Amino acid sequence: MSGRKHAVVSGDERVPAPFGRRAARITANRASGGYRVFSALDSGGPEPRAGQFYMLSAATGWGTGPAEPGTGPEFLYLPRAFSVAATERLADGIRLDFLLEDIGPGTHRLGALAEGEKLLLTGPLGRPFSRPSELNPQATGAVLVGGGVGVAPLAIWRHELSRAAIPIRVLLGFRNRQHSGGMELFSRGPDKDRLSREAGGGAPESGAKPVLCPEVRLASDDGHVGHHGYVTDLLAVLLEGGDAARSAAVFACGPPAMLEAVRQLCGERGVACELALESPMACGFGACYGCAVPLAAGGFMRLCVDGPVVRGEEIETAMVAGAGHG
Amino acid sequence: MNEPAVDLCGIPLAHPVINGSGTFDAIAARRVFGDALLAEFPFAAFVSKTITPERRPGNPPVRIYETAAGMVNSIGLPNKGLEGFLAEDLPQLAELPVPLVVSVMGRSIEEFTRLVERVARRPEVAALELNVSCPNVRSGLVIGEQPKEVSSLMAGLRDLTAKPLIVKLTPNVADPAAVAVAAQDAGADGVSLVNTLKAAAIDPATLQPALGARRGGLSGPAIRPIALAQVAAVAEATTLPIVGMGGIENGEDALAFLAAGATAVAVGTASFRDPLAGARVRRELAAGLSARRLEGVRGRRGTAPPAVAASTST
Repeated sequence: MSGRKHAVVSGDERVPAPFGRRAARITANRASGGYRVFSALDSGGPEPRAGQFYMLSAATGWGTGPAEPGTGPEFLYLPRAFSVAATERLADGIRLDFLLEDIGPGTHRLGALAEGEKLLLTGPLGRPFSRPSELNPQATGAVLVGGGVGVAPLAIWRHELSRAAIPIRVLLGFRNRQHSGGMELFSRGPDKDRLSREAGGGAPESGAKPVLCPEVRLASDDGHVGHHGYVTDLLAVLLEGGDAARSAAVFACGPPAMLEAVRQLCGERGVACELALESPMACGFGACYGCAVPLAAGGFMRLCVDGPVVRGEEIETAMVAGAGHG
Repeated sequence: MNEPAVDLCGIPLAHPVINGSGTFDAIAARRVFGDALLAEFPFAAFVSKTITPERRPGNPPVRIYETAAGMVNSIGLPNKGLEGFLAEDLPQLAELPVPLVVSVMGRSIEEFTRLVERVARRPEVAALELNVSCPNVRSGLVIGEQPKEVSSLMAGLRDLTAKPLIVKLTPNVADPAAVAVAAQDAGADGVSLVNTLKAAAIDPATLQPALGARRGGLSGPAIRPIALAQVAAVAEATTLPIVGMGGIENGEDALAFLAAGATAVAVGTASFRDPLAGARVRRELAAGLSARRLEGVRGRRGTAPPAVAASTST
């Protein structure tokens, strides 16, 4: 298969974020199952790495007046942390895609942003995913495990890994149909065609092979699609056998319970894993010390500067109190 | 554009805006934003997060909770402790392009003495801020809530250094002026106020306390009117230089604190929303003074009415 390789940046090589907060124009905002995907054009920042996040707020109706009645706190004040789900370099800036679930005043306000409206953002922030070979020198590829809105950083990670021609398995779990939004981020179609072009494979019609298409397996709690059960059931099967466990590098993002199940399963089998965690956050750049996550060695880390991607064995638990924001 | 330089207890500030202790980590910010942090440092002096004698991990999650126009925090003073700070953080903070104020907290006069002695002798340090929102283990009373405790603490510390000692006042008192007077009489060089207001939050889903430590402190625009009242009260009762803070979001807010009697202002929670809030407040404050054709503001002192005059600020 022809194609140039694209270097995957190491977890600790971070490009400094522009200092401050800047405006980006909303270019799209649409429903995706029970979630929403919105896009903004960032003319002032670098391309983010998979696993990184932004602190987002709206330029209006945020901290300047009441939130929608019935959606929670009377006034919005703090920004919200969102992992980037997809990114594309365009002529006049970087397009950033975010996945959201409307469960509170912040996500409600962001979900209601119209095309042309201003999004305020700080970022890209945080430690991105590591190269699979950094996580496990014997890794033959990457296993991506996600659930709910947690599929967002895995979508961009799958894209980066594909461009580097690294084999991928993707396991996604959803509670029910309502919570299965974001699947389009993994779908065939325009995304696949672009991957083909970027890998030097040419347009599909030319007969060149597309970039390795990741195998996506699904699980659902309610059985509406795929395996009737948990995504960790699928992971357990995948990791069966010493060879499989030895050559795996697992990357997970999803609800705390799912992450903790992945962490424990990988711990039991001696499998290297990285988790993209969530925690309550106010600032996103290490100022407030609000995003503490307990360390296995005792004490806490600040998720925004030392994470949000963490190694499974680094932390005491992935069941972080207060994770998930509205 | 008027850019009022300020002399704060003998420390020259290029402009009146500094940061609230514990609301900006310059070392982490440098990691995140690179050297742009130094080129565009938002504050005229940098106040460190409070250092305690021993390393502290801080409180378990949840540490922060959004409220109307602000937030409640119960962070728990995580810090590397005195030795860790001196060895690891101080050299990095010394690279900042502005004077450094180190905030310290002890649970006894002995602990405060050790902190002040070790920190004040470092040439990188311009001044110390005494965080007295903590109990004195001997008496069980919160130092900053009792004029006698503050007097006794200041008396014990005053002779340890000639560097400015600024007392960070807690607002959780009926009479902040009395505490400020006690600080002044015992030799404090200045006061900074207000710290956070005692507060709590209940998680609507569980009907249990939302914060891991159950109680915390309220900050942000919600507390601004309370902070202004306390700055005014302290300005009337003492002649100490005052660093005023509490929900400052913009230049007009900063101007209000100067008019109430503050010598300088601190931006805290606003930085969480906008990392460059300090720089923005500075710009807007200068613009606000310009628009009013003022070079500075001299706020209330003693019983005189507010004097807003075209004079250089002190």
